[in-house]
Amino acid sequence: MGIIAVLLSETIEFFRTVSIREFFGSATWAPMFEPRQFGIWPLVGGTFLITAGAGLIGIPGGLGVGLFLNEFAAPGVRAFIKPLLEILAGIPTVVYGYFALTVVTPTLQRVLPDTEVFNAASAAIVVGIMVLPMVASLCDDALRAVPRSVKEAGYALGATKCEVSLQVTVPAALSGIIASFILAISRAFGETMAVTLAAGSTPRLTLNPLQSIQTLTSYIVQVSTGDTPQGSIEYKSIFAVGMLLLVVTLLFNMLAYSLVKRFRSVYE
Amino acid sequence: MVNVGKDQATVFEPSAPYAIEVNDVNVSYGTSRAVLDVSLKIPEHTIVALIGPSGCGKSTLLRSMNRMNDFVSSAKVTGEILFRGSNIYADDADPVLLRRQIGMVFQKPNPFPTSIRKNITWGPGINGFQGDYNKLVESSLRRAALWDEVAGKLGESGLALSGGQQQRLCIARAIAMDPDVILMDEPCSALDPGSTLKIENLLLELKERFTIVIVTHNMQQARRVSDYTAFMYQGELVEFGPTDGVFETPKQELTRDYVSGRFG
Repeated sequence: MGIIAVLLSETIEFFRTVSIREFFGSATWAPMFEPRQFGIWPLVGGTFLITAGAGLIGIPGGLGVGLFLNEFAAPGVRAFIKPLLEILAGIPTVVYGYFALTVVTPTLQRVLPDTEVFNAASAAIVVGIMVLPMVASLCDDALRAVPRSVKEAGYALGATKCEVSLQVTVPAALSGIIASFILAISRAFGETMAVTLAAGSTPRLTLNPLQSIQTLTSYIVQVSTGDTPQGSIEYKSIFAVGMLLLVVTLLFNMLAYSLVKRFRSVYE
Repeated sequence: MVNVGKDQATVFEPSAPYAIEVNDVNVSYGTSRAVLDVSLKIPEHTIVALIGPSGCGKSTLLRSMNRMNDFVSSAKVTGEILFRGSNIYADDADPVLLRRQIGMVFQKPNPFPTSIRKNITWGPGINGFQGDYNKLVESSLRRAALWDEVAGKLGESGLALSGGQQQRLCIARAIAMDPDVILMDEPCSALDPGSTLKIENLLLELKERFTIVIVTHNMQQARRVSDYTAFMYQGELVEFGPTDGVFETPKQELTRDYVSGRFG
């Protein structure tokens, strides 16, 4: 509660100087140069670029791994992959950022020479890899919770393994699967370190993932670690940005909750 | 208690045609042997009951008839089971095709967590059914004696039904595939007496069209519904014959003790 109170009071301070109309109406974010401009959209756009890219990789990949573990992997393979996923999930995010800079970006540059040193694609790829184990593990758990008897009902009707897993098991586990997707999205949304390192800090409203961008979180990092004087308008701006992050994450969680409730079957 | 051994077992041979012929079948899970050298012939359009105490191998035998044992990695089946004259355990036999012709109803009602209608149409759908789905849904539910209770709410979840209705939905789902044989693994064990009675009456109607093999714990049930009864004990088939004979004039001492309630 204290956090929210501080966030709220500083955000109100910020909006005394900068109008809400400018915050949501302008398309330029230039808090440190004259003339200062505080249009939030470049940061929001950058954040969504990363989130969408990461989701594109982490969600199908995670669901695929989860399905494989559950339906097709031999017990020995499963016993090997499951702990591996947990180790992957435990790697500090700064390491992922470093991995993006030193491995992913050079590889991208070899394939697509237009790629900038800091770019959204590289960050999205590593964040995708980062959320994949979590999605896989949660999907695996949700799929395992589907009772054997329901799968047997499918097989007894002359369904193939594929038909049973995609048309019986997955729908029966849908609430858990969707919850894992939303968690992945909200984690990608709030991811900070890897994105700061890999995507750079160029607020820019673009759909081109090969350019450098800045996300909401990496802006907060940039200001917090720089020599921004306390009480200045840049300093206050990070609270407004933080508030926005909080609200969006909250919305994601509410969405997750309502979806999970809607698709919940009696098995869980 | 002594084991009977295959040579001493009393196995009646009903007249052809047979829906399923079981020849010298053994089923083992790892090192434990669940079914030992069982042979019996199941005539078409009859109800055959498999009875015996818990762990006697009756469910295992039932599940080997549509190769549901394939999903237990340690299960191993030897011998042969003929369906329409060909061995379902032959190398070129396709268990998926087999299960379209040999349906199954399980111990606990297990409808899919979806609408009543989808529960019926899913199986025929994945198998390329081309006909009228509305008719299929209605006729399957009618034959399962469930239509009048659910006609107005086909879109509702199958899980919202009572236990007895769910089990009849599962029977309707099996019927919708228009199989030759329906295997039932203690289909009434989770139901109240009223629902049980409904399902027993249903079975008597269904045998006009299908061959039914039913595993049951309940000897009265076997007696009420079946034409032939097989009594199994410790993995062996002890006695197989017309139901009245097995219950009234059993040839084996073990059978007599079991059907008179002295053990089991």
